[in-house]
Amino acid sequence: MLPIIKNIYFIHIMKEEVRLMKGNEAVAHAAILYGCDGYFGYPITPQSEVLETLEALMPWETTGMVVLQAESEVAAINMVYGGAASGKAVMTSSSSPGISLKQEGISYIAGSELPALILNVMRGGPGLGTIQPSQADYFQATKGGGHGDYRLIVLSPSSVQEMVDFVGLGFDLSFKYRTPAMILADGIVGQMMEKVVLPPQRPRRTDEEIRRQCPWATTGRNGERKRNVVTSLELESSRMEIINHRLQARYREIERNETRWEEIGVEDADYLIVAFGSIARICAKAMEMAEEKGIKAGIIRPITLWPFPKEAVEKAARGKKGILCVELNAGQMIEDVRLAVHDSLPVEHYGRLGGIIPSPQEIVDALEEKLINNIP
Amino acid sequence: MEIEDIIKEENKVYSKPRLLDDVHMHYCPGCSHGVVHKLLAEVIDEMGLAERTVGVSPVGCAVFAYNYIDVDWVEAAHGRAPAVATALSRLWPSNVVFTYQGDGDMAAIGTAESIHAANRGENIVMIFVNNAIYGMTGGQMAPTTLIGQKTATTPYGRRVDLNGHPLEITDILARLDGTCYVTRQSVHTPASVRKTKGCIKKAFENALAKKGTSVVEIVSTCNSGWKMSPVESNEWMERNMFEKYPLGDLKNI
Amino acid sequence: MKEEIIIAGFGGQGVLSMGKILAYSGLMDDKEVTWMPSYGPEQRGGTANVTVILSDERISSPVLDTYDIVVALNQQSLDKFSPRVKKGGILIYDTSGIHKLPERNDITIYPVNAMEATMEIGHPKAYNMVVMGALLEAMPYKLPMENVVKGLEKSLPERHHALIPVNRQAIEKGRTLLGS
Repeated sequence: MLPIIKNIYFIHIMKEEVRLMKGNEAVAHAAILYGCDGYFGYPITPQSEVLETLEALMPWETTGMVVLQAESEVAAINMVYGGAASGKAVMTSSSSPGISLKQEGISYIAGSELPALILNVMRGGPGLGTIQPSQADYFQATKGGGHGDYRLIVLSPSSVQEMVDFVGLGFDLSFKYRTPAMILADGIVGQMMEKVVLPPQRPRRTDEEIRRQCPWATTGRNGERKRNVVTSLELESSRMEIINHRLQARYREIERNETRWEEIGVEDADYLIVAFGSIARICAKAMEMAEEKGIKAGIIRPITLWPFPKEAVEKAARGKKGILCVELNAGQMIEDVRLAVHDSLPVEHYGRLGGIIPSPQEIVDALEEKLINNIP
Repeated sequence: MEIEDIIKEENKVYSKPRLLDDVHMHYCPGCSHGVVHKLLAEVIDEMGLAERTVGVSPVGCAVFAYNYIDVDWVEAAHGRAPAVATALSRLWPSNVVFTYQGDGDMAAIGTAESIHAANRGENIVMIFVNNAIYGMTGGQMAPTTLIGQKTATTPYGRRVDLNGHPLEITDILARLDGTCYVTRQSVHTPASVRKTKGCIKKAFENALAKKGTSVVEIVSTCNSGWKMSPVESNEWMERNMFEKYPLGDLKNI
Repeated sequence: MKEEIIIAGFGGQGVLSMGKILAYSGLMDDKEVTWMPSYGPEQRGGTANVTVILSDERISSPVLDTYDIVVALNQQSLDKFSPRVKKGGILIYDTSGIHKLPERNDITIYPVNAMEATMEIGHPKAYNMVVMGALLEAMPYKLPMENVVKGLEKSLPERHHALIPVNRQAIEKGRTLLGS
């Protein structure tokens, strides 16, 4: 039984490099292909296909990856914490209410300086809210979320292909800096199907490789070394301050090295649109429509929401007549945009709430009303 | 006998377990934790598992267990030790993973994690120290606090109408198909210490043999929290705790 | 080439899977594609719709205001989406259950009786492929049938591959409905 399943999966992947997939399914494939060691999750719409796809692909029979449906989001993130503590590449996924439940665990992972990957396929809130798409967890993802002074590396995919790519990038960055990374997607990217090119199978690291790569991990004491303890507890304040300074120094390093963004037609534009995730693509369509009316707008799409591309936004804003931030929330990223441009030009917000997706025409109208005609 | 003779190897009748660190413990004099730590250190060493054992410490008095027993440790969030242990065990199946939890961790905030890890039959050992009180935070009511027992949050004694009943979490765990061995012991007499050591050893053997989840509850004293002397605490435990939490195996497959 | 299409109807009519087969067929014809569903409880019984975009170039927005082609399979969908057909675009709707006709004279309208045609071929579950046939026939971009078959193969689980001939038959039937 086992070798047959193994062959089916790999032949499938090899002969079909370009495939049509939902963002959520694509994440499951990417996790296996990037050599993930363990996935721990709990069903919640609109991201349950991640766990469903992994259970259907049975990667424990092929790469040896562990997949477990936990009893709750809380348990799932603490399984991630345990796996990460032992040096394994582990991940979880959920949607907004479930991500709220995970915040304590995420804070522990950050405080214990562990690598881990968390996917949030955002839905509208607050509370149980709606299952339709939203970007209302921007603050939660980029400003902390859980308790204490920490940051997550936050990657914002705008296509199914980026859902795949950011699984690899997220693991790489989280291991490089020993800090958790989050893919902050929305229901659109999670549920949409697009063409996707899957990466070649990256072998999972062997236990020996993990011991070498992660000398801090709780892999079993193994003779020569002293015991490893993974903890975020330090009651001696002077030592706790040192730990905090170390974390902050690492965050500055990440800001210097890992800020990512995309620009579309920024140079010749009179107006700048700032939008992230799938909304940036709706804005791209709006940009084409605006051009037909003689309005020249460019787009800057932050790819890392933290670290936020503040210098790029500041540079792109130079000489522009105004900025429109388009978000599926009541105005969250706009605060970072305003900080970046120091109020040197008008910065306006256009957002839809509660799971409504704005159409390209709405965005053109908002651009005209808020920035060109200055209708309050 | 001169002191030089006493410390000769051939005259030695007792020594500190090799895996127990030579440091002052933060536990109060009379506390049961120190004895349980010693037993764990002895069992792990005697079974030759020091290099492949990973412990998960709780939030509660035993939060610093990682400072005392010389194996790898992960410090879990309050109540989440069984979830952490699940991943450690599944991702490193050749290692032996144990949790060390108090009554609040196991039976209040972490009830879901305890029950579901045991119900999945994770190949882990759960060491459960039940002293019927929250020691670390200053003696508040625990889920296992007895009816009538005075604590900082039940100053006139626990009342069923206000606080509900003492929770017999171990009995619940014994009913789950995922557990292979569930026992309730104590460490208040030399005989009970020896017996408990055998139980911990059996639990570790089960984990090695991938038989499922083993739970060793140790009915314990907290003389500081109970506001009694250590001797009085032992007597009070025998008189009151053992009635509600009788010692012995609840399940042994 | 760019076709911006929405297919809308009741949940259970096979709207989402028809969109999927269309998207896969486009993929087999080397097009860029997006498939964006309405999702959630409406999957069972309520209204469901899916936006499919086929293009030679990278696709920006998966969400649209107006469409080159609207396929409406019930009255609600017809009411909602017929005003959103681009000028000069195409509206296809199933006549069964329709009591209020679309009021547009700047687009091409194809009323098709797909329900009846489905009954004629005797495979009720192939309803969405009858509609697909009408769509393929009406669409300015001519998707080669061999790539549609490949799309069927890709999007149907292997255990359903025996049904591909029936689906082909349904598509061919659908192709004949535009003039009726």
